[in-house]
Amino acid sequence: MSTAKRLRKEKIAKWIMRLSVLVISSSLLLIIGTVLCKGLPYLSWEMISQSPKGGFYIGKEGGVLNAIAGSLYLATASTILATCIGVPIAIYLHVYTRPTSLLKRFSKFLFDVLFGMPSIVYGAIAFSIMIWLGIRASLLGGIITVTLLTLPIVVRTISELLHTVPSDLQQITTSLGATKLEVAKILVLYIKPGLFTATLLAFGRAVGDVAGVLLTTGFTDNMPLYIDEPAATLPLAIFFQLTSPIPEVQGRAYASGLLLTLIILIVVICTNLLASKQKKHKL
Amino acid sequence: MYKSIGVEAEKTQTINTQLPAHIEVKDLNLWLDNKHILKNINVSIPKHSIISIIGPSGCGKSTLLKTLNRLLDDSAVIQLEGSVLVAGEDIYAKDAEVTTIRKRMGLLSQRPFPLPMSIFDNVAYGPKIHGERNKKILEQIVHEQLVNVGLWNEVKDRLHSSASLLSIGQQQRLCLARGLAVKPEIILGDESTSALDPISTQTIENLLISLKDDYTIVLVTHILRQARRVSDYILFLYDGEVIEFGKTEDILLNPKQELTQKYVKGFIS
Repeated sequence: MSTAKRLRKEKIAKWIMRLSVLVISSSLLLIIGTVLCKGLPYLSWEMISQSPKGGFYIGKEGGVLNAIAGSLYLATASTILATCIGVPIAIYLHVYTRPTSLLKRFSKFLFDVLFGMPSIVYGAIAFSIMIWLGIRASLLGGIITVTLLTLPIVVRTISELLHTVPSDLQQITTSLGATKLEVAKILVLYIKPGLFTATLLAFGRAVGDVAGVLLTTGFTDNMPLYIDEPAATLPLAIFFQLTSPIPEVQGRAYASGLLLTLIILIVVICTNLLASKQKKHKL
Repeated sequence: MYKSIGVEAEKTQTINTQLPAHIEVKDLNLWLDNKHILKNINVSIPKHSIISIIGPSGCGKSTLLKTLNRLLDDSAVIQLEGSVLVAGEDIYAKDAEVTTIRKRMGLLSQRPFPLPMSIFDNVAYGPKIHGERNKKILEQIVHEQLVNVGLWNEVKDRLHSSASLLSIGQQQRLCLARGLAVKPEIILGDESTSALDPISTQTIENLLISLKDDYTIVLVTHILRQARRVSDYILFLYDGEVIEFGKTEDILLNPKQELTQKYVKGFIS
């Protein structure tokens, strides 16, 4: 192939990539812009500091404090649970099983499938189990469902992180006479900055999920005070407000969307700060 | 054919050195993923000497080294026959405790891999996991080993800063100090200077020579000049078989086997 042809190919590829970046960036900006334009006029201190008044479907007064609290409780609890369960699973599969182990291969396949499964399926399964156990839709039901939903994200992300650890590091630690648990501790130390990213991904999925919590968490205008009672979440509040025929209530949906975006933004900034602090101390 | 020559050479070597054998590899055969990697290895490594394992790429040098401290235990599918005796004790015996075996052998890898912690904690890591909790004793060990590898003066003011901030040569010396801190009997080096500059290489080589009085050192190297500079004995491995094992000068200047001659002269690599 001549040099001119190769350079022409390079130029075309570069323009295709630039176009892709432009399309994606403008789509994201459009989404954020829409939420900002439609939501900002309805955003007020009342929205953040009060529970809804007059019903979530037709009520134009009050705020979404109950949904903010519900979302934060649900996402935080399920992220902590998924991390606490997911990290040992990923460590076990990486450190304790051989590369050819059937269990390892099967688990990887299973988590790949679970990773891609729609959240409504998790919701439906959890709902059936809850009926069987006699548990009603509650914050607890939502936490369990969302933990199951985020677990494959945590396991897969941490597994990928563990694969980036140089095998020599594991071998060196082993050669010092370390047990597998001690080797695992070194690996966790090594991937610590990445652990924040895994947690962030799980939190992002948990805080934004609608389908999983629709059947299992229920909805209420009250503040979530007890784990065995229904709780409101921001995505569900947005869903109900958007389906309202009243324009003011629809506008409040965008304001709720803006709040949800702000929560995720704050979590991303905090996670990045923590991760960069860890990286400074890392090798 | 080569196997019998290798065995013969090894037996002669043991008689000539008059040193007690520290590591004895007997009839060792190893398969990784059903591939026969090491074939009928019979070697007796004398105590307090430096042995260089040389041979072309993929001949099984690193695999042989890793069988000495059972680092291949967790590898894909491993099948091993024969025995490896360290100070007379079979490390592949059913009741052998693998973490204790590994503690007896410090490993220096191709590239330095400091643990993700401070300089101090890197050296103290080994003693800590083996139960040493006394802060003063740990400080003493760290000081002693860093002096041992000639790193103390360079790092004494930043012991608690990250080990990654050291130069690559300093990192390799730190890794040696970390390995020595668990008080091993044997040092295993897997092309341990291949990532270093000539000055750092020389520092590590001089260190290994100075450590010879207290440790048995087994090195894998593909640099013949290095084998000539540091080792007392050379083991030439080809396609998983021991071709020749003898004194450094005999192997490099007067090899008995045709394959060794070809390798030493650079006709095969």
